[in-house]
Amino acid sequence: MSLLTVKDLRTYFHTRNGVYRAVDGVDFHLERGETLGIVGESGSGKSVTCYSLMGLVPQPPGRIESGTAFFDGTDLLHCTPREARAIRGRRVAMIFQDPMTSLNPYLRISEQLIEPLLIHERISRAAALKRGLEALEAVGINDAARRIHYYPHEFSGGMRQRVMIAMALITKPELLIADEPTTALDVTVQAQILDLIRKMQRDLGMAVIFITHDLGVVSGLCDRVLVMYAGRIVESSDTRTLFHEPKHPYTRALQRSIPSLQPKGSELFTIRGLPPDVSKPIAGCSFAPRCDFAVDRCRAVDPPLAEWKPGHLQACLRVQAGEI
Amino acid sequence: MPEPILELKDVRTHFPLHRGFLFKRPAGTVKAVDGVSLTLRSGEVLGLVGESGCGKSTLARTIMQLVPTTGGAVVLEGRNLTQGSAEAVRRTRRDMQMVFQDPYASLNPRMTVFATLAEPLLVHRVCPPREVADRVARLMETVGLAPRFMQKYPHEFSGGQRQRIAIARALALEPKVIIADEPVSALDVSIQAQILNLLAGLGRKMNLSLIFIAHDLSVVKHISDRVAVMYLGKIVELGSAVDVIERPRHPYTRALVSAIPVPNPDIERTRQRIVLPGDPPSPINPPVGCAFHPRCPYAQEKCKAAVPPLIPDGPTREVACVRLGEI
Repeated sequence: MSLLTVKDLRTYFHTRNGVYRAVDGVDFHLERGETLGIVGESGSGKSVTCYSLMGLVPQPPGRIESGTAFFDGTDLLHCTPREARAIRGRRVAMIFQDPMTSLNPYLRISEQLIEPLLIHERISRAAALKRGLEALEAVGINDAARRIHYYPHEFSGGMRQRVMIAMALITKPELLIADEPTTALDVTVQAQILDLIRKMQRDLGMAVIFITHDLGVVSGLCDRVLVMYAGRIVESSDTRTLFHEPKHPYTRALQRSIPSLQPKGSELFTIRGLPPDVSKPIAGCSFAPRCDFAVDRCRAVDPPLAEWKPGHLQACLRVQAGEI
Repeated sequence: MPEPILELKDVRTHFPLHRGFLFKRPAGTVKAVDGVSLTLRSGEVLGLVGESGCGKSTLARTIMQLVPTTGGAVVLEGRNLTQGSAEAVRRTRRDMQMVFQDPYASLNPRMTVFATLAEPLLVHRVCPPREVADRVARLMETVGLAPRFMQKYPHEFSGGQRQRIAIARALALEPKVIIADEPVSALDVSIQAQILNLLAGLGRKMNLSLIFIAHDLSVVKHISDRVAVMYLGKIVELGSAVDVIERPRHPYTRALVSAIPVPNPDIERTRQRIVLPGDPPSPINPPVGCAFHPRCPYAQEKCKAAVPPLIPDGPTREVACVRLGEI
């Protein structure tokens, strides 16, 4: 049985300006120890998918309209708050993009770091502090015994992200959800943090969902990748296949627009137009208005996410028909 | 070789630090830019890269004379801006314009596109007021926006479109030099490519000289003719974009290049990477000698002895490393 199985997840935001279908029918699964990348542009629903699993969608305006998300037999979307608390923060942990806004500036690192332990385990403060210290050392913070008593502002961006990771991993979770954890960091620090996530994953044997817009990061870290567009998955496969044989026109276009893969000085390939407004009804394929391959059928028929080859799903009618 | 249009000679920008509230005492200086010499040739795109805090944005602001220089000279077409009067500097700014990173913050939310683009035209009396609307329409077309959106406000546009407005504003005075400070960092990949194409195309068409600041080396390599790598207020490597990024020489550039994830799983999982330990040191109290030596895998005693100067390495490159011949 998979560690996590998400079926038909729909999360909508009901605002004055209409209903935003941020996540609109997402299915995926995750095995123990596996690393799954979710890529997509801003607004594609990759973060909201994970926020829905963690119960972090503000309700209202958000509402989970349908779906199930079974984590080791418990439906995260329909369980009691008590059941959710036993999983969230202990067996499933999350780290965020901006370590400055996700740490409490008023509390010492020690307080924040051991809070999950005090909540989830029967443990004394002293023992929790000892575990906290070990956790800080494990993420490579020198002089942890002194620094554990610092406030977040006394750390640099990279160090704060290390603290976040230590905090997320202190309960030895089975699943870590990382929402663009390196986007705000310099490349040199990004390399350190990615190494750290890989090492911690090996040590703890946990599964990781890694949300990013950087295909480079995905290529080094993930076993499997989901590509999201306008609240849906348009393609999913193992990482190597996705890079070497992308099928969906959006994935192909995304890959072609990376500067480092194009000859220098040439006009960069661009995807024309803008992502669709998900508060308006979209007829047919949501990528059709920007797609070079779109035909009339694409604007009329809603393409299902179908198997192309074993383990490789994609949602393009023309690919499925063998036309492109 | 084209004429240099902008020259920086040993430019230094230091910020004093104070301690105390009523009786302020000096408590050191932040040497944000510390002895930078560069030339920008006419029609050239110069990329400026480095980690956050290395002084690349301060350098941009120094060139624009938005912060006072501590020492050295910024010479635009023979005029030394650091010695000019405020009025002279203001006039020179016509020839130099800036595009900022965050198009959400750099546009006034209460000004329509028309008001934003008309303001520089009116302030600098570029054209008679009755021609302003025409000029604004042409500017919008230049950057790929439909002139019918003239009366809209910034919030009605997407990030990429806002960055187009910011570029149009910079172009309004027909400057000779544009300094773009991380103009695509806040944008999605597909939008990033659109803006890069626009900037590169405008540079060619209008013979603009461009200083392009970014931390994404693949973007810099794509758009730049030459690249300068900064570390802690100093340039450590300077040369043609392809040389510097494909065959980096300075240990810091090597580490920076190797830290970029390659979007190809076969290469990414097998290649050798140099992961630098620690964070960049504080510019308040920089390490003695070569500022990079505490993180450098090749550092020796002699690296601590003196600040290494930029020395020529081949015809098109300069590198500031004393161990250059040995590593």
